[in-house]
Amino acid sequence: MRNITDHIPQAMAISKIVDENPFVKTFYFEHTLKSKPGQFVMLWIPGLDQKPFSIAYDDGNTFGLTIFKRGPATEKLFGMKIGDRIGISGPYGTTFTVNPKLHYIMVAGGYGAAPLGNLAEALANCHPRAMPTGRQESGDLPRKIADSRLHGNDNTRIDFLIGARNKDLLLFQKRLEKIKNSTLHIATDDGSEGHKGYVTDLLPVILSEAKSPLTNGKSDPSPRSGGTQDDNSRVLVVTCGPELMQKKVLDICNKFDVDCEVSIERYMKCGVGVCGQCAVDPLGICLCQEGPVVKRELANRIKEFGKYHRDKSGAIVSL
Amino acid sequence: MNLSVSFAGINLKNPTILASGILGVSRASLINVTKNGAGACVIKSISREPRAGHAAPNMHPIEGGFMNAVGYSNPGIDAAKKEFSNLKEVGAPVIASIIGKTPEEFAYMAENFLSDEFTAVEAVLSCPHTPGYGTLAGQGTPEATEKITRAIREKTKLPLFIKVSPQSEPIGEIAKAAEAGGADGITAINTMGPGMYIDIKLRAPVLHFGIGGVSGPALRPIAVRCISDIYKSVKIPIIGCGGVESGRDAIEMMMAGAQAVELGTAVYYRGVEVFQKICEEIEQFMAEEKINNLKEIIGVIYK
Repeated sequence: MRNITDHIPQAMAISKIVDENPFVKTFYFEHTLKSKPGQFVMLWIPGLDQKPFSIAYDDGNTFGLTIFKRGPATEKLFGMKIGDRIGISGPYGTTFTVNPKLHYIMVAGGYGAAPLGNLAEALANCHPRAMPTGRQESGDLPRKIADSRLHGNDNTRIDFLIGARNKDLLLFQKRLEKIKNSTLHIATDDGSEGHKGYVTDLLPVILSEAKSPLTNGKSDPSPRSGGTQDDNSRVLVVTCGPELMQKKVLDICNKFDVDCEVSIERYMKCGVGVCGQCAVDPLGICLCQEGPVVKRELANRIKEFGKYHRDKSGAIVSL
Repeated sequence: MNLSVSFAGINLKNPTILASGILGVSRASLINVTKNGAGACVIKSISREPRAGHAAPNMHPIEGGFMNAVGYSNPGIDAAKKEFSNLKEVGAPVIASIIGKTPEEFAYMAENFLSDEFTAVEAVLSCPHTPGYGTLAGQGTPEATEKITRAIREKTKLPLFIKVSPQSEPIGEIAKAAEAGGADGITAINTMGPGMYIDIKLRAPVLHFGIGGVSGPALRPIAVRCISDIYKSVKIPIIGCGGVESGRDAIEMMMAGAQAVELGTAVYYRGVEVFQKICEEIEQFMAEEKINNLKEIIGVIYK
């Protein structure tokens, strides 16, 4: 039986607001959301609309949503103050693999830096919410910090690739620089910081450096047994941001034959797998249930990925 | 075990049908539903012009049921014709669903949207939460029902089902009007209400439209009673709809007089696998009760 309180908005007060850049704010709520990296919530502004937003931060007591102002609903939200209440339901959706033994290559375009930053922090154990992979189950409690696989793990290695149009639009640069065992690589369209060009320009270079005869040359996602191999050299590429960028990442990962997880955004209405708005071609599966995080093998079978999506009337719109 | 049913020129391998408005936005989604065991699918209702529908929230559970005010979002007739083509790929009968603000619009949809790839058409006169359509536009009266049915009848030879509202009283009269207008069957029922659910901290109804149709288990006894009233009023077959969640519920509707049942909210409770699960539950009941053919139980409470 589904827990309906997960799927009806719960009133929550804004506890903190951070201006990330002129167009982006992070709103914090003191609430135990029990989310895992990659998941989203539905945010309801009464009288206006309800929309899905990726969870950018969750330390078990407080969660945060990083939001870009782009329409009437987010405009209203940007005008709100600490203490004002909105409706939150969720968390919804599938999650990124959280395995501190892997070498993560994270590719973030624009606002994608938020949920990937959440993942990076979970891995580096900046907060103890890191959980092994798998779907959210209701009633999950955080593992004890004493779990030696997750606590203070020095083997996690993260290459964090971040791209934006210019350096003023880069998100979370300072926050990401703080994550231990991670290296930040920056790309800006105008070259105002880092590499001049797309963030996906950087990926083949980093993948070439990462791959060696000892690392996985196959797409087998299961850990190898009997470890003569250093687990930390097993690469997992994760990406979030504009779909065309993610499609490029997927193509590159197919070429290098490395594991990859994408985060596919689709217009959502019910969020609970009933209305069919977010069903993708040709499989007909709903991304509020089977996504947004999708592994490489499944992403390759979603033929509309990188090509088109559907608007709120269900009409096909090219990307 | 033989779960096949046959009525109004429709042959189904089992009596479970996807209800309109659930997982019916794309052909790919219908294929996924039939892969999961549905005997047939009704598509999302299509209007002449594209409609964005109501803003969100437009669907949410409540205790004992579900509420929606989706508002007939659909891409309009031209885009829908493209989407709902090559229907053989779905692998089971596909039933069209059409709406209109006037009898003329219904006739237009019947003439221009219905290809012979559809097995049947369900015309919806019963939405409780979309201005211009259904109960908010007076389409649930006997007069309007007969007029609209006749207008559609003139334009298509496909088996025609009229989907009626539990608000229409006495529902037997509405069914008779549809039968008089030339309908081949009745789909009973659409959602009930409309209802309202308020968030007491945010002091606002949760559905953006403010009110919405109620479905799920709370609706089911109403639906079963409506099927019973209609069964006693008309000779044409009935497709039951409203709160079916299990084999027991499906059998209940068939005993009240339904030939088959549509499933909608059940997908929320039991996933898209519910079609397969309900078929297994029906089979188990038939084995236990020594029923060889579902014909034996249709309308059995009146015998």
